[in-house]
Amino acid sequence: MTEFSLTAADFERVSVERRVQTIARPSLSYWQDAWVRLKANRRALVSFYIVIVLLLFTVAGPWIWAVDPTVQDLDQLSTPPGADRRAQIVQPYVPWNGVFTTINESLSDTVGATTEIRLAQPASTQTVRLVWDPVLGASGYRVYRNVYDPAPDGAVGLPLAEIYDPRQVSYEDLLDLTPTRYWYSVIATDRNGREAEEYTTLAVDTIRVITAAEAQTRGLVDLETLLSLGDEVRVSFHPLGTDYLGRDMLARLMYGARVSLFIGIIAPLFFVLTGILYGSAAGFIGGRVDQILMRFADFVVALPFLLFMILFKIAFGIGPGESGVVPMLVALVVLSWPATARLVRGQILQIREEAYIGASQLLGAKTHYLILRHMIPNTVGVILVTLTFAVPTVIFVEAFLSFIGMGVAPPTPSWGSMCNEGIQTMLNHPHELIFPAALISLTVLAFNLLGDGLRDALDARMRSRE
Amino acid sequence: MSNTIPNVSNSLTRSASFQLVWLGIAATLGFALLMVLLSWASALTGSGTSTLNAIDAESGTLTLQLSTEPPQLDSTRATDSVSIMILGHVMEGLLRFDANNQLVPGVAERWEIREDGATFWLREDARWSDGLPVTAHDFSFAWHAALAPETASEYAFILYPLKNAEAINTGTLPGDALGVHAINDRVLEVEFEQPLAYFEELVAFPTYNPIREDFYRNRDGRYGADVEDLLYNGPFEMTVWVHGAHLRLEKNTDYWDRERVRLNVIDIPYFTTDTTAALNLFKDGQIAIVDYLGAEQLDEVLRQRWELLRFGDGSVWFLAFNFDSGRATSNWHLRKALQLVTDPSELVNRIIKLPGNLPGKSLFPVWLQGVNGFFRQEYPAPQIALDASAAREHLRLAMEELGLDEPPSLALLVDDTPGAGRQAEYFQNLYGTQLGIDIRIDRQIFKQRLAKMQNQDFDLATYGWGPDFADPLTFGELFASWNPNNNGRFSNQEYDQSVRLAQSSLDPHIRMNAFGRQQEILFEEVALIPNYERGRVYIKDRRLQGVVRRAVGPDPDFTNAYIVENP
Amino acid sequence: MYAYTLKRLIQGVITVWFIATATFVAMHSVPGDPLLNERGVNAEIRRNLEERYGFDRPIFDQYLIYMTNMARGDFGISFTQQNRSVNDIIREHFPVSAALGVLAIVFAGLGGVLWGALTALYRNRLPDVIVMFLVILGISVPSFVIAALSQLALVGLNDLVGFSVLPVAGWGSILHMLIPSLVLGLGTMAFLTRLMRSSMLEIINADFIRTAYSKGLPPTRVFIKHQLRNAILPVITVLGPAIAAITTGGFVVELVFAIPGLGRFFVQAVQQLDYTVIMGTTVFYGAFLVFMVIAVDLIYGLVDPRVRLE
Repeated sequence: MTEFSLTAADFERVSVERRVQTIARPSLSYWQDAWVRLKANRRALVSFYIVIVLLLFTVAGPWIWAVDPTVQDLDQLSTPPGADRRAQIVQPYVPWNGVFTTINESLSDTVGATTEIRLAQPASTQTVRLVWDPVLGASGYRVYRNVYDPAPDGAVGLPLAEIYDPRQVSYEDLLDLTPTRYWYSVIATDRNGREAEEYTTLAVDTIRVITAAEAQTRGLVDLETLLSLGDEVRVSFHPLGTDYLGRDMLARLMYGARVSLFIGIIAPLFFVLTGILYGSAAGFIGGRVDQILMRFADFVVALPFLLFMILFKIAFGIGPGESGVVPMLVALVVLSWPATARLVRGQILQIREEAYIGASQLLGAKTHYLILRHMIPNTVGVILVTLTFAVPTVIFVEAFLSFIGMGVAPPTPSWGSMCNEGIQTMLNHPHELIFPAALISLTVLAFNLLGDGLRDALDARMRSRE
Repeated sequence: MSNTIPNVSNSLTRSASFQLVWLGIAATLGFALLMVLLSWASALTGSGTSTLNAIDAESGTLTLQLSTEPPQLDSTRATDSVSIMILGHVMEGLLRFDANNQLVPGVAERWEIREDGATFWLREDARWSDGLPVTAHDFSFAWHAALAPETASEYAFILYPLKNAEAINTGTLPGDALGVHAINDRVLEVEFEQPLAYFEELVAFPTYNPIREDFYRNRDGRYGADVEDLLYNGPFEMTVWVHGAHLRLEKNTDYWDRERVRLNVIDIPYFTTDTTAALNLFKDGQIAIVDYLGAEQLDEVLRQRWELLRFGDGSVWFLAFNFDSGRATSNWHLRKALQLVTDPSELVNRIIKLPGNLPGKSLFPVWLQGVNGFFRQEYPAPQIALDASAAREHLRLAMEELGLDEPPSLALLVDDTPGAGRQAEYFQNLYGTQLGIDIRIDRQIFKQRLAKMQNQDFDLATYGWGPDFADPLTFGELFASWNPNNNGRFSNQEYDQSVRLAQSSLDPHIRMNAFGRQQEILFEEVALIPNYERGRVYIKDRRLQGVVRRAVGPDPDFTNAYIVENP
Repeated sequence: MYAYTLKRLIQGVITVWFIATATFVAMHSVPGDPLLNERGVNAEIRRNLEERYGFDRPIFDQYLIYMTNMARGDFGISFTQQNRSVNDIIREHFPVSAALGVLAIVFAGLGGVLWGALTALYRNRLPDVIVMFLVILGISVPSFVIAALSQLALVGLNDLVGFSVLPVAGWGSILHMLIPSLVLGLGTMAFLTRLMRSSMLEIINADFIRTAYSKGLPPTRVFIKHQLRNAILPVITVLGPAIAAITTGGFVVELVFAIPGLGRFFVQAVQQLDYTVIMGTTVFYGAFLVFMVIAVDLIYGLVDPRVRLE
């Protein structure tokens, strides 16, 4: 028999070969994985950045472009971007009594042309004062203004005034004067009020003017600077032009974004939250309660959305000084929650039946662990996607309501109401439509593409495919 | 999606596209079939005829657009301008307005107005569209019907000058007590409640139009609802009325003055409130007139070199105050402060931007007739000199009297039209910067605004008043303490007396003096801040002549219109 | 199947009752007074008006009357057009909206399927890029902007050609419907195109397609018979909501193109607080949509053998 002796070495543990089990890539949590996928999706990523820029535009924009969106500059109404800003200093406006002749001719059946039209003072955006020689036998005059030369076909343009007093041979034009060339035509009328065949036209170039006091209160020059008549200053700068009341478009777009994006983001948050609570309650409790709850949700889904949106808007009413954002939010939440509720309930019912839940329960998992570890992570993706897709829908609803005059109340700007205002002036001042419409489109597009990306990134089924 | 596709060969792509093309063709065919079906269906709901051009000289046809279809063609109940315009073309009252806006005989051949009443002699040849003569009884019946409490006519008040009319309308007297009698088919006797200076103006109003009793009773509550539910006695008769889609008026060959009417057909296949759409239709040569334009459309019109015209629609727009003692606006100093910084000229020239609007100076518009000439020339409106520092002084006094430490915040009630919104924003900015008064804009839809007006739930309100008849009384009455439309409840004894005097007196001097005094009181008390007298700018086809626009009565009026082929 | 249909119909009726009640409650909590008008009226006239519309009764009575009348199919008399019943208004104006809606759905459906199939076929190539760009425009530009711009384009086109190719606005012939329904269906068409495209791409990888190829079927046959057919199914499911969106979304085009549809009437009625018209229209639309969805579900059950109706 051989001597068999045991040494301590014999009792050492055999090393376990662990190399086989090494995970080559770092382990990814659900969210890390989703992020990786989202980053791989270039369109979604760009959209994501656009959304961030839009939020910055809304939140930080007003600090950078610190212009009050409510300040009305009545000298720069509906000015497009990049307009000439030079203005001359003039005296404050003094009312003018006009020029009257004393002659009292008998009226005649036919009258001739006005012989000469003169300017009583240099024409400016403050006032254009016209004086002409009396026409023999005229019963009065009509004054017209055009921004195109009436010569070719006698299109004299805007009927500014009808003067019934033959002694009045002057007219003061104050109507929406802009720095441009105007053609003024004065036509005499005969005894029967018919216009003369012939008339005279005067071309007038108006220059932009401002009074020294205005220039100082608007902050165009220092308070110390002494301005004398004829000095040139530059009126305030509006990078995107101004709207119909001379308010800065850029500032208004920023404040409008607050309303549009606020409604666009808060409303979905609220109704998705309501939906989650409602749906998960129904899903967890189940049975009769679930039946009743879901039947009620079906009812609410069946309400014609836009019609009820309008009904609720007028039912809630907007008081004086209120913007109407809150009633719109409430109406949106009341009408939109059931879709999420259904979705969440469906998810929960589905997950409850999954094998891994059973396995987890067998391993002794408590309910709260199940909810935290399995239910929430598995539904949150779907909810996030719903949320993202809800934003553009709500922004559209807001714009639509503004279009039919049921949107936010003035003076609160929103992209929708700005669009609606802009559509009226589309032909003459396209910038009033283009900017808000482009922002709406950009936002809607960004959220849609981001939603697509999120859906692809968060969809658990897709993970296995790669 | 990044999953890969199996190798799809180009041939597949090609042949599949080929198949797609076939599918497309099949779809197009199916589509064409659907189109045929739909066009049949749309013909049921629309005119079904291809639209003519704006003007067809050969057939004497004029094509128009209206903002809406006439909501109410039962003349006892009509209240709106579109219904009144259509009624003015298909109906005729005792008197009517001619091309120069003068009152001329209509169904009445001659008439006589006395202190206690009036007599109308009807013409023999006035006919209903079914050939029967228009009789005095038809007028008597219509007026009875309008006053009957069951009709619940909103314009019944316009008949109140008739004897016992108000009592009948409020249900205290039976209908047969009305002071209107058809002596025979051609003589109508009217008794007045009190002497009346402007009855001629009244009888031209549509509520005074005739209605034939047997026809009215036959319709079973649907009188005026459809083309076959109306009898016509005016220059035109309605031949087509597809609700909301198409209205067609054709020359009424039974009309007694048919020589006057030169158009054969007025076709109205478009109803839209959207002036941009109307302008597009005009540009496309589909309609002959756009009866009002917005300021934002003027540039386009100038560019197109169309003929622009203007007229005053007669209405006066102003800021109304709430005189309820609990409101800051009941304080005279506050109202004065607002008055001293409000420049109607700036509002008209910079905000409204439409020529034809006149800066408001008075409740009484410039077009009203006085004793000999225009009322406003005989009784000029008080001048307001803008004075911001005086305004601030008044504001300080107001705050003292009201016991306030800072300027009050005021609710400004406006309707939901875009124009009203702009004006509200303008006023908000104006009073905010000039006086530090915080204006809270309260924008409401039409009926909610009316409710708030009538419940006195406002501090300031933009308000417009259009005349019912061409007498200063239609404006002056507005601020009488008993007037239901005096929503701010302005109450001033001297003013009330002055209105009573103007209502009952027959002497033009006394009456105009009374209105002159009213104008002064309104200014002294700052009962309102006049904003503007509304004007309209419109475009029309150069071939269309003789269109009449007016402040009182049917507008626009095409009964005298004609077509010239080469203007 | 019959039991299922019956059950759905009963549910539908209850849903309509719910809609009617919700409308009634919403309507009666609206501040404002539909009986007011610009010219104030005296107390007696006011009483008569209230009597005519039953406003003098307690609210619950009003509800009962409203419900029984509605059950009989009588929606009452309009407030603004006092000689017209709401039934007349719906009867005359709904066909207009419906005709417009049908054409829009057809545009959207056909367009969606064709474009979707095309883009899937030419995936990431030029046709795909162009169509998807248009789709994105259709999804992201508000419909009223598109409507206004297309009307403007029409004017420009007619001006260019020198005669009226297509009418700018109005109603009455098939030509009047083309552009408005195209605008109306655009959003849905864009949505369906995207759906069709992704559903086509999903199916390309399906086993039965691979089987079809491997058993040697010609590619065209696979494409039409297997791929296209199966890809259309998900499109049909969303048709129900799409019909809803299109029929109630007609307001904008009806306003812009001066089309006498029910949507425009509804907006007008809201301005005027015309209670009976608002309630009638809402309930009618609600009922229409409810039964439309039921119909789509039933049709889907017939088309897709995998779906069992129970």
